[in-house]
Amino acid sequence: MKRVQFEHSAIPYLFVAPQIIIILVFFLWPAAQAIYQSFLLEDAFGLSSQFVWFRNYEDTIFSDSWLQAAGFTIVFSAIVTFLSLALALLLAVKANEVIRGASTYKTTLMWAYAIAPPVAGLMGNLMFNPLIGDMYKFLNAIGWDFDHKLDSFDAGFVVVLISVWKQVSVNFIFFLSGLQGIPKSVNEASMMDCRSPTRRFWTITFPLLAPTTFFLMVINITYAFFETFGIIDTTTRGAPGGATNTLVFKVFQDGFRGADLGGSSAQSVVLMIMVLALTVVQFRFIERKVHY
Amino acid sequence: MSKVQLSNVIKTYPNGAEAVRGVDMEIQSGEFIVFVGPSGCGKSTLLRMIAGLEKITDGQIHIDDGLINDVSPADRDVAMVFQNYALYPHMTVRGNMSYGLKNRGMPKSEIDKKVTDAAEMLRIGDFLDRQPNQLSGGQRQRVAMGRAIVREPKVFLFDEPLSNLDAKLRVQMRIEIKRLQRRMNVTSIYVTHDQTEAMTLADRLAVINDGKIEQMGAPIDLYNNPETLFVASFIGSPQVNLLPVTFDGQHLVNGNLKLAGFSDLPNSKELVLGIRPDELSLDDNGQFPLRVDIVEQHGSDNLIYGGILGATDDGVEEMEFCFKTSQDMLPDLDSTLTLGFNAERAMVFDKTTGDRLR
Repeated sequence: MKRVQFEHSAIPYLFVAPQIIIILVFFLWPAAQAIYQSFLLEDAFGLSSQFVWFRNYEDTIFSDSWLQAAGFTIVFSAIVTFLSLALALLLAVKANEVIRGASTYKTTLMWAYAIAPPVAGLMGNLMFNPLIGDMYKFLNAIGWDFDHKLDSFDAGFVVVLISVWKQVSVNFIFFLSGLQGIPKSVNEASMMDCRSPTRRFWTITFPLLAPTTFFLMVINITYAFFETFGIIDTTTRGAPGGATNTLVFKVFQDGFRGADLGGSSAQSVVLMIMVLALTVVQFRFIERKVHY
Repeated sequence: MSKVQLSNVIKTYPNGAEAVRGVDMEIQSGEFIVFVGPSGCGKSTLLRMIAGLEKITDGQIHIDDGLINDVSPADRDVAMVFQNYALYPHMTVRGNMSYGLKNRGMPKSEIDKKVTDAAEMLRIGDFLDRQPNQLSGGQRQRVAMGRAIVREPKVFLFDEPLSNLDAKLRVQMRIEIKRLQRRMNVTSIYVTHDQTEAMTLADRLAVINDGKIEQMGAPIDLYNNPETLFVASFIGSPQVNLLPVTFDGQHLVNGNLKLAGFSDLPNSKELVLGIRPDELSLDDNGQFPLRVDIVEQHGSDNLIYGGILGATDDGVEEMEFCFKTSQDMLPDLDSTLTLGFNAERAMVFDKTTGDRLR
């Protein structure tokens, strides 16, 4: 393709400068700082540091606790993404069919969007409190020997439940608007072509929602990776025995609780690389298939 | 080959709006029926009720001998072409055309054959593996028709299928639709607000106004013998000239105009005289002095618009009239022509009820 090159002045650069500066100061500089720190080993009091090349990486990444956290993060993210997308889609499809009182129904479903993750975590903490928690009592009453302070599966259950609950409403809004963006006549044409509503959903509605689903998948994976920090910090704090440690939570714990700045930086650099790789995969390979 | 019967079909929306108020109609096998009317008259609603996309409030719709009121759209064996084509954007042309057949469990070889045949008939064979967004408006329209054709339905439904196309393509597709319908001989119902389409396509035309059928019949009968003021003014382009008049026993009177040649009309009522633009003629003894306002040259003929001197309607001086004449007739603007008309061919309506009196 030929491009026309116009004469230009410095003014456009002036207009984008504030954005560039924000990116430089708040994103690139800290990232560079983290990379630099990941090669350093500090003494216990933070008075001196020593350049140790890749020692921090070797020490943290090949440790059992990091591998455990990585494993949990992947499983956790997969489950949270899948469940919150699936539930939101189900709710959106149902809400889209409601005619009477539709707006009340929709508003109610969007409500949880306004709640910050730590608040959601606190609420969950209360509900699963062994002394006063209704959910705790309920789960034990139906015969599940539930104790998220001791059992790692139960602890995972708690953080997944709260994370999914918190995220469903965001996904719901997007899916609903995606559904409303499908032309009415396309739906009608499919009604004349296909008798079964289930089949219509999987052959027409779902493929037409693919761009929305893809976008939400990216958003949800990012959410599960990073934003669930607030939920984990207010509920399990990685317990029991690091079973609900996500990579981000571990960065925080090792860096700020364990005072191992070098190791923590190394972990965050690895995390950065993982996210980068994930983004490339998503946009290179998946996005191509979802646009029609 | 199927007939369609509508008996006292009514559509009332939950908010009380009456879209269709009691329509009776019998459509013979293989007939091409056009519903025409102004926007909001209920013609599309009626079509969508036949398609099953709109619930029927009251009345019955039969296709052949089966009552289809509560049959789902997919089971009615009708196919519809939508105004905006409504193609499935994520499927290829082939996918779009075969979707309905696949869902009906037809074997793949048969589907392929039908799609290929239909594509050839519509001249879209080269595009079978393209996505709809790679096609032009006319091609999309053909695909939409192809999707309907491959189904081999009992009834074709068309919902203003040509209104998104440009003028030239519209004429082309109009002819093609007519040809296809003749060839396949499938009962068809076509909704439009374009009266040229209505006149040229229909075997029978139903003029719909305010949820009711005003008149139904062969297009030319509707043009020549409209039963109501609405049909007279809706059918015919340019529109019929209408002049409010009263009858004094011998003449139709409006202001200074006294038009002779009429009898047997009620003399107490407000009436409307209707004269088609091509029924007017230059006549030195004529009764209409027309002050020329605009001359439109359409090629083979000219349309001369102007005010009839001495005629009034509710305080509006100089009622506007249109006079259709040959291309060599080019009067000066603001000159006055004297026009005459054949009283035998003129139509008189009751102004209040809209009924034709003669």
